[in-house]
Amino acid sequence: MSECVVPTLTSAEVVASKSLLPQGWKADMSNLAGLDLTLCATELLRRTTSRLPQDVIDALVKGRDAEEPGSRAFNTLNDMVRNIILADGNVSPLCQDTGSIIFWVRHPFGFSQRAARKQLRAAVMDATKRSWLRPNCVESLSGKNSGTNMDPFHDHHPAIHFEEWDQPHIEVSVMQKGGGSENVGAQYRLPDAALGAGRDIKGVRKCIIDAVVKAQGQGCSPGILGVSIGGDRVTGWERAKELVLRKLGTANPDPKMDAFEKELTRDLNTLGIGPMGYGGATTVLGVSAEEMYRHPASFYVSIAYMCWSSRRGTLTLAADGQPSYDL
Amino acid sequence: MIRLTTPITEEAIRQLKVGDEVLLNGNVVLSRDMGHKFMKEQKPDWLKPILENMVIYHCGPVVRKNADGSWTFVAAGPTTSIREEPYQADVIETYKVRGVIGKGGMGKKTSEGLQKTGAVYLHATGGAGSLLAERVKRVVDVKMLEEFGSPEAFWIIEVEDFPLVVTMDSHGGSLHEIVAQQSQDRAKALMA
Repeated sequence: MSECVVPTLTSAEVVASKSLLPQGWKADMSNLAGLDLTLCATELLRRTTSRLPQDVIDALVKGRDAEEPGSRAFNTLNDMVRNIILADGNVSPLCQDTGSIIFWVRHPFGFSQRAARKQLRAAVMDATKRSWLRPNCVESLSGKNSGTNMDPFHDHHPAIHFEEWDQPHIEVSVMQKGGGSENVGAQYRLPDAALGAGRDIKGVRKCIIDAVVKAQGQGCSPGILGVSIGGDRVTGWERAKELVLRKLGTANPDPKMDAFEKELTRDLNTLGIGPMGYGGATTVLGVSAEEMYRHPASFYVSIAYMCWSSRRGTLTLAADGQPSYDL
Repeated sequence: MIRLTTPITEEAIRQLKVGDEVLLNGNVVLSRDMGHKFMKEQKPDWLKPILENMVIYHCGPVVRKNADGSWTFVAAGPTTSIREEPYQADVIETYKVRGVIGKGGMGKKTSEGLQKTGAVYLHATGGAGSLLAERVKRVVDVKMLEEFGSPEAFWIIEVEDFPLVVTMDSHGGSLHEIVAQQSQDRAKALMA
């Protein structure tokens, strides 16, 4: 029972051989307004739903190896690794909750956001038909499922954030954010008398510890935290979620924040919650924190909690139209 | 490792203790948010023979419909159970359910229901959707698919060696309560 499962995934060549994109496919970057992202975005979803980013796998394995062999925590992390191998090999969803779908698109001038929105929606519908995504979009009051993953009222799902930049290439990042982990996210307003948390870094730390303790195993620990310090109720949450895209093990560009993240990660892993709340030393895989502006009267701490199955990835269309996938 | 096959007797359930590892075989019934609200509020009789001495699984699967009309489970891990806390004890008592599979554990009301009726809470590894779908031998039937949609329908499936851990037993024991208490104590020290 206590053998260490080695996370051997299919090779890049095998992944590419299963690609939806015809061999040699390139985007025509000379005609940005006429670009069609549908197929390369569906391919991105095929990969994110079935294959975890290498940094997340490495962090899970590191956590597993630090647990006592044969303990529930060890066995659970081992099962997570087994699941990663299976989903990759079968090209099937890592988790039945394939999440809410959130895109971030960065593009040069001349690109049509209206066209891209239609294409990304078509990609999500196609991935749903192929059973790579579960239909996860229901009417709030009746609970009626649209069956297609499309918002039945407006076009808020899938969520798409656009940004025009002055670079020649296009980047499309996606996150599949599960509902269980979304439910344990938290937003605090400092000062918080109940926590004894003031408007300083110690106060921020108390909020994060409190959120992780309240989450227990319910967000599918070990979790990955995106924490924004400041902003308003919307920009704070938005940024917190985007911070989850940062690769684990990469340094925060702000050295003070980097030290804060490292110390906090160490401390959170002494809480004893462990994988799935079974007890153990692996409660979080990492924290990504960032300081923002704030209104003088407001001080929000927004904490996005991502489950261990942190499905995210980025498609890049280079200046010459060559597609590449990073996850 | 304890092997259990549904239907399960109350006697067998009473012997289980927190921490026991179980391999479950036989039929289980999937139900989550809409199903639990429906079971508590409408108490339909047609579910009685389906649920008596059986196990409920909190899960909204990814399914695939095959060309011959049959269904395949593609991913089928547990969903967060605490959302069913307002309903679970009543459902267990009304339908004489012997086990509930989920993740994250449940609260006091459910624990009291487990003790009263003679049932256990069985924890599955959250996020292990592919691994657990492999242990689903076949889809036996599905009820309320039109009304609830596929993630919420009552799927009846046959499982083989479904790996679970008893985290709440029929004697008031709860691993979740122990971990919560210890982590809260540690948090106090970290915040001091």
